[in-house]
Order: sequence, then C-alpha cells, then structure tokens
Amino acid sequence: MMSDKPLLVLKNIDVHYDKIHIIKRVSLHINRGEIVALIGANGAGKTTLLRTISGLIKPTGGSVEYDGSDITGSGAEKIVALGISHVPERGLVFKPMTVEDNLVLGAYHRYSFGKRGLLKYDVEHIYSMFPVLGERRKQLAGTLSGGEQQMLAIGRALMAKPKLLLMDEPGMGLAPLIIKNILNHIVELRNTLGLTIMLIEQNARSALKIADIGYVIETGRIILREPAEDLLLNRDVQRAYLGRDVAPGF
Amino acid sequence: MYWEAVKECMSREELGLLQLETLQSTLFRVYMNVPFYRKKFDELAIDPDSIRSLEDLQRLPFTTKDDLRESYPYGMFAVPLREVVRLQASSGTTGTPTVVGYTSTDIKNWSNLTARILTAGGVTQNDIVQIAFDYGLFTGALGLHYGAERLGASVIPISGGNTRQQIKIMQDFRTTALVCTPSYALAISDAINEMGVNVNSLPLKYGLFGAEPWSEALRQELQEKLKIIATDNYGLSEVMGPGVAGECPERNGLHINEDHFLVEVVDPETLAPLPPGETGELVITTLTREAFPVIRYRTRDLTRLIPEPCPCGRTLARIGKVTGRTDDMIKIKGINIFPSQVEAVLFEIEGAEPHYQIIVDRKGSGDELTVMFEVSEAIFSDRMRNLGEFIGMVKARLSSELNMPVEVRPVEKSTLERPEGKGGRVIDNRKI
Repeated sequence: MMSDKPLLVLKNIDVHYDKIHIIKRVSLHINRGEIVALIGANGAGKTTLLRTISGLIKPTGGSVEYDGSDITGSGAEKIVALGISHVPERGLVFKPMTVEDNLVLGAYHRYSFGKRGLLKYDVEHIYSMFPVLGERRKQLAGTLSGGEQQMLAIGRALMAKPKLLLMDEPGMGLAPLIIKNILNHIVELRNTLGLTIMLIEQNARSALKIADIGYVIETGRIILREPAEDLLLNRDVQRAYLGRDVAPGF
Repeated sequence: MYWEAVKECMSREELGLLQLETLQSTLFRVYMNVPFYRKKFDELAIDPDSIRSLEDLQRLPFTTKDDLRESYPYGMFAVPLREVVRLQASSGTTGTPTVVGYTSTDIKNWSNLTARILTAGGVTQNDIVQIAFDYGLFTGALGLHYGAERLGASVIPISGGNTRQQIKIMQDFRTTALVCTPSYALAISDAINEMGVNVNSLPLKYGLFGAEPWSEALRQELQEKLKIIATDNYGLSEVMGPGVAGECPERNGLHINEDHFLVEVVDPETLAPLPPGETGELVITTLTREAFPVIRYRTRDLTRLIPEPCPCGRTLARIGKVTGRTDDMIKIKGINIFPSQVEAVLFEIEGAEPHYQIIVDRKGSGDELTVMFEVSEAIFSDRMRNLGEFIGMVKARLSSELNMPVEVRPVEKSTLERPEGKGGRVIDNRKI
C-alpha cells in the first residue's frame, strides 16, 4: 500500500534567511505520477521552496516527508540519492565540459572508477529521449542553444534516476515554441517513466496546462490549492499570474 | 457508482493533508480579504499562521447566522464583486436573509458536488430529473439542477407547486428521478392517489429529498407509495447549498464531501466538541469556497458524526440524518432533549400518533417533563381496560429514550394544536 501514499508531504514549512521569514507555514503534498505547478510572482518564495525540498536550504520549522521517510534537514547529496533531482533555473550546465560528461556527472553519486561503462546504457537512454543531445554528445555544453542546454539539464537530472523531479523555470529565457517542446518532454517523462514532477514556471499558463494540481504562493504563503484547470479559469489568478486583463466590473 | 471516485474514495491520510492545506489557505484568504474575520482573529489574538493542524481549528471562533446577517449584503465576501458570477440568498425563514456569492470556480465545484449526491442516489445520464424545489434565491433547485446537468441527465426545471401539473409532466416526460422536499414528495404521492393514477405506470425510480429534517418512517412511506429508492441529502446556503452531504445506496448516514467541508459536532450549549456518535450541533468550515468562505459556521442543525467506514467504498465520513434544530432543544437536569426524540418514539408505538406537546414544569427541587400525545380512537374506546397498560408502556419507552422520568398524558385525536413549522411543540413553564 506504500504506493498509495503521497510521494512528498510538506507540513508547516518555515524558512528564514537571517531574520527574514521567506516561507511561511507551507503545507503541500504531491501524489505519485502527478505534475504539480507552483505559481506565484517573483520573490514569492517559489525557488526557495524548491531548494528546501532538494536540501539546498534547511527549513527553520515544519517537516518534509518523502516516500514515507522524514527527510527534514537532510543534505542535498543524501536527498539526490533518495530519488529527488533538481533542475535549477537556467539549467546551469557545466559549459566547458562536453554534453556527455555533463550527463555522466548527473550520476556522480552512483559513479565509481572503472564503472563508467555501466552508465553508458543510461546515457544512451537520455539520447533516445533527447536526440539532439546525442547528435552533440562531443560538443561543449556552452556551445548549445538555450533550449538544448535546458534539455541537457533535464537529462543530467534524469541520470540520477529520480522518482521526483523538481524543475525551476525550465522555460526561462526560451522562445515560446521551445518552451512548448520542453513542456511536452515533461509530460512524456511522467507518462513513460512514471515520474512525479513539481514545476515552477514563469509562464504560469503553460505550466498549468500540463499540471494536474496548482498551488498559488504569495509572499511565502500558499493562498490557493486547486486543480490546475480551475486555476486557469480563476480570474484572480488570470489577472495576477497569467497576464490576462480581465475587465473590471462592480 | 461514484461521480469523482478519486476524491470520494481518497485515502483518509491524503484527505487529512488536503484538508490541512486548504484550511490554511482559506484562513489566510479570510484574514486578508474579510474584515469580519481579520477583526475577530485580531481581537482574540489568533495568528492564522499559528493553525498548524486540523485540531488547531478548535482555537478559532465560531461564525453565527447573526454574524452573516450583520454583514448583509456583501460584508462577508472574500473576493471583489467583479469575481462573483452568482448571488443567492438563504431562505430566511427566521429573520433577515443572508446573501451568498459564488465565483465561477465555486459554481463548478457546487455542480460537481451535487452531481456526486445525485450519482450516490442512483441518478445517471440516462435519467430524467424533475426538480420540484422552488427556483429563485433559494439554493436547493439551482444547486441540484447544475449537478444533474453536469452528469448529463435530462433536467425538468418545473419548480415547486401546481401538484397536478407535476404529475402530468411526470407521466408525459417519463420522469425517473424526483428532487424536492420530503413533505412535497408526500403531497405528490397523495395527489397521485387522488387523481387515480396507477403509481406502477410511472417510470419513477429515485427520490432525492432534502432541505428539511425527515424521519426513517417517512422514508419507508415514500419508498412504498412512490415505488422509489429515497435518499436524503443535506446542505445549507450559508456554506454553499445542497451538496454538502448525501446518502449512498446504503441509506445509513450521509457522506460529507469532506474534501470541501470540514465538519465538527459540538455541544450547542458549551460549544465543546463531542465524541463521534453523540448528537449535537453541526459546525462547518468551508475549504474551497472562494467568494464566501466561512469558518466554523454554526448550522443549528442537530446530527451526529459516523466515522466508521461505509460498505459503499466511499471513505468520506458520514453524518446521521438531521434530527432537528438547536432552537428546539430543551435542557432538563443537565440532559439535552430534542422533540425529534419524542416524535421518533411515538412513531414506533401502535395507537400513538406523532402529534404531541412537551411540557416542562419546575416543582420544588426538580424539573418535570410531561408529554401530551394523541392516541387513536381504538385506545380510548374498545380497549379502555388496557389504557393503564398502554400509558405505562409509552412512559417506559419515553423515559428510556430520554434518560429521565417522563409523565405522559394521552389525549383524543385532533385535540392538540398543529404547530406551523417545526417549533411550537414545547411549553416551558419554568421561570429561569
């Protein structure tokens, strides 16, 4: 019955930067195989929350439960090994290294000398998902386009064999058509690998279109949790985060 | 059959998480957007951020009907009116009405929740649903109307009244499900007899009755007379309308739509939470309402919580049938007594009629309870000898049900006043 339990449960998470209260009593949960979108204005705390889940930031209160175990305060290296991978904003690939070396690095926690060959199969699997990376496997990552770098960052995260993928603005700085392509890949990852995905996206509309559930975060608090399709129709959300001007009434 | 199996059969664990998350976001929104709640929380020094578990809910203040009346018409709205797509008002049987608003998401949720109720009551897209609630500001008709459309049934928005016309439509349109109050269903059933219509010729299969308390005895009567499966459903406009809770085919308690409403049962006097199974006042906190969220709303309806799992597969907890209003409650020697308890006992006794009056007197040190009730003619004539035995039996049954000594006084048929509405059956002679 383990698999019926939510994969990730945050309860009453608080995060402070020095004296500043960034995340306020946030509770949320994600079921296996769900795509959850976190939407909110710049500075609302979305990235901080994602970094808290992946262990890059320690919460000052509350609990994080993953796959049935308490991981509150665990280090990022332990959390990656448990199956949570984080794709940071703008990908942050290692530009002076080749595409393939970037991918292999994503599996660093299960890498040991002489076993590189074992990763070959996984690398090939990534190439089959993202053929463009296969074509450019020997190329330095810095020479890839923005969209290709983002795909490389996703591929690198997948090399860690995650169950939960945290994605911070995968469409940042990319052309609409490329964003669409990347979001399609995200849905594919869920459908084919059964991955659970938590996503922040500056383009809230496209994120909500692929998500099952949306949480709206405002000044560090969750102010709304609704099925993504309902949030797309919510006129407050439309005005605040979807850039749609709703004619004022009264 | 479920309408939203994923939600209606959700694990209790996930339901708890969902309730906490939506409670927390609702509290934040009411604190930010509803001056009434901000003021109330501030006065009581309650920081909404300090609510960290479902149990913490008990630290929050109640909301009463008077609070809603005082904010008439729009004071309790949590969104600007431009977000509101519908306005309804409470039936206002007792005093000023209250106005409630709905955003488009609220309407969508409402439709889904009444679709759940209708599905649980047996209705599918193949049914023809006759809605004989009054359309208008009252939420009963439109709430179930949208749900029936949502699930794809054919809806006849006939509204209440004109009973002969109802029956003609029922025959001509081949109505399979009737939605109305149980008392109106009884009126329809009587009219079917008067008109000489053979009830077996009607394709009627389901009755979804609500908006007033009704007894098991009336259910049996309606099921037999109309040849239907009759289910009870519950709601109130202050929190949404119909769709708060409804019976499944088990007909043994109403499943609460707990992913949208957090319910408590409290002692109506002390307001302390009651353990599951004990009858008290139902208190509701909305978890998903956008336009009109309410925190710990005192419904004044009396019921009990049934947390045990239901064989139907829904994991949603149940409430018992609503047995009355807190306004009708009498307190004697520290024991809460409800007229509905007396009514239920009288219903079961052959020879007794469920027309009664409850009289409370203070004599010396203690209070005394007397129940006057009508008896059938047979009791007074043929079986005069047995009257003493009969009285003793009624007395014992009532004393055992109410947990205190009860005096009984049988009177002839049609001698007691028939109160309008639900009150007026209690005469309290105590000078308190």
